[in-house]
Amino acid sequence: MLKINGLRVKVGDREILKGVDLTVRAGEVHSIMGPNGSGKSTLAQVLAGRETYEVIAGEVLYDGRNLLELSPEDRAREGVFMAFQYPVEIPGVGMAQFLKAAVNALRKHRGIEELDAMEFLAMVREKIKLLGMDEKLLHRSVNEGFSGGEKKRNEIFQMALLEPRLCIMDETDSGLDIDALKIVANGVTSLRGPERAIIVVTHYQRLLNYVIPDYVHVLVDGRIVRSGGKELALTLEEKGYGWAEQESRATARAGK
Amino acid sequence: MTAVTQARENFLESFARFEQRVAGDGQGWLRPLRRAAIARFAEVGFPTTRDEDWRFTNVAPIAETPFRLAEPSRTAVAPGDLEPFSIPGLAGPRLVFINGRYAPALSSPGPAGDGVRVTSLAQALTNGDRRVLEAHLARYADNARDAFTALNTAFMDDGALVHIPRGRIVESPIHLLFVSVPTAEPIMSHPRNLIVLDEDSQAVVIEDYVSLAADVYFANVVTEAVAGDNSVLSHFMVERESRHAFNISTLRVEQGRGSTVASHTVLIGGGLVRNNVHPVLAGEGGECLINGLFMANGRQHMDNFMLVEHASPHCDSRQFYHGILDGQSHGVFSGRIIVHKDAQKTDAKQTNKNLLLSLEAQIDTKPQLEIYADDVKCTHGATIGQMDEDAIFYLRSRGVPEETARALLLFGFANESLERIRVEPVRMHLAGLIREWMPAGRLVEETR
Repeated sequence: MLKINGLRVKVGDREILKGVDLTVRAGEVHSIMGPNGSGKSTLAQVLAGRETYEVIAGEVLYDGRNLLELSPEDRAREGVFMAFQYPVEIPGVGMAQFLKAAVNALRKHRGIEELDAMEFLAMVREKIKLLGMDEKLLHRSVNEGFSGGEKKRNEIFQMALLEPRLCIMDETDSGLDIDALKIVANGVTSLRGPERAIIVVTHYQRLLNYVIPDYVHVLVDGRIVRSGGKELALTLEEKGYGWAEQESRATARAGK
Repeated sequence: MTAVTQARENFLESFARFEQRVAGDGQGWLRPLRRAAIARFAEVGFPTTRDEDWRFTNVAPIAETPFRLAEPSRTAVAPGDLEPFSIPGLAGPRLVFINGRYAPALSSPGPAGDGVRVTSLAQALTNGDRRVLEAHLARYADNARDAFTALNTAFMDDGALVHIPRGRIVESPIHLLFVSVPTAEPIMSHPRNLIVLDEDSQAVVIEDYVSLAADVYFANVVTEAVAGDNSVLSHFMVERESRHAFNISTLRVEQGRGSTVASHTVLIGGGLVRNNVHPVLAGEGGECLINGLFMANGRQHMDNFMLVEHASPHCDSRQFYHGILDGQSHGVFSGRIIVHKDAQKTDAKQTNKNLLLSLEAQIDTKPQLEIYADDVKCTHGATIGQMDEDAIFYLRSRGVPEETARALLLFGFANESLERIRVEPVRMHLAGLIREWMPAGRLVEETR
């Protein structure tokens, strides 16, 4: 579903991703782990179409198409979804209005009839229960005054609503208490399916206790230095990122 | 003779003719008030940008235009012409003024006799009970402070009178519609409104300034609102004048003990607009919300001058003004809070947020706190910025087209002001006006 080849990305003069390769197939859950500043969030944002990042080399293929040439909204319509690390507050724009605009933009793209306000509310009410969220949030402005946990749950709620094929979760677990973490994890688990791929970007192994990944990749200094199965997350937890970094330096030296 | 003195002369001559016209119509008690006001105006003349309160607004175009005082209009206005200005869902009284003069045939003041008075100032001056006028008219607006107020007081003879007696709750908003219609030469009008809420009463009053003409004209409005003890007043000022018009308005609010006043302002039209809002929290425990939105493009100039006076203890005031400036427009926000010596436990807050949509648009924002009491809470803050690109990306990343995302964000910025409005039909109406104003308002409409 997703194939990243030699992706190099910079912000301003600084190169953040220095050649990332990654293949994700439908039905798989991949976790990308790494220390702060390793480029995890950059990778997530580039996949979602953030324009502040400049791709200087490499390619990203989504179902064989060049993902990088699509606008963020076209990516969303094609089924790419990123749960934001820092969901944006948008005062004055109501949650219901925003969600309806999003759902209908996708339906229109897929050639399905758009929902009117009543149909939309019925659909939303059902999904919002799944995440244990208060329906009153629908009458508030987007993310405005939401607690940290509410914001993250709101991301997963949108994911459930928009039914993407490729989900990218950018540190959705950070800042959550254990109850909120479980709710988020349940939300993600319920979205697992043979048609859908999920990339969980995280600093900690914690979320992976609940969302068991098929593959774990370690990103250090803009490169994936190690890939493995779910047990890699536990090794990392035990030995720390320093271990992976040393390993990577050793590999680099050996390669010279 | 300098241009400035010449300008002043024009207004003084107009006054001489006006005084002759109104002589002998039973308004003798007003004569000294008017004369004192014109004398004040003659003394100080129009303000200049050297005057601190007018630093960012040059009123020379008003001073230099030879305005004639509006006569009763000869242009026939049919009820149908006013259809676009009706507010859906309102069933209360509506007074219509054409070029500043009351138009009874177009108005529906509602049933009389239950003590609630919604009438024109001209009618109230010439017949009926004058007690409320004598007690309140021209008692609050300060001629000495402001030359435009002095000019208005000098020329006052029409406008609206709203009087709500003690204990009455009037739920239906009272709509005061001021319509400008085409004239052969530039005219001026000086609508003078008096709103009096007696103890424990409640009302919603909408002042609505619209135009059927693309002319140059000058509307110089003064509204005095008296909120008696424990009363609740919601006041709206909606300004949609012609792009060539000058609109100077002053809302002077006098608040009694435990009263609650909300002043909501939406400025959309006009070439040069000055919006003065001046509440005085005179009784203990009063609350005041000053909520405004100004949206300008082209070469429009909109100046908002707030003066909130805390004169008694335990009063709260909240100011929220949002400006959207596009094209080469110029916006001004001056927010002055004065906390007098005895006004302990004052809680005053002021926020001014501005969105600049073009490189040439300009905003001047100036908070000013003068605090003479020692146990008070006062905060102020101003922001000037562009569209939040993070927010746009967030919306786009959910499939919302970029153009719609920008429209939603712009509407959202304006809508923050509307969210403070509790009168639902008026809020809906204003939301519609904002969408109409926005080039991409249709896209917002589609997501409703």
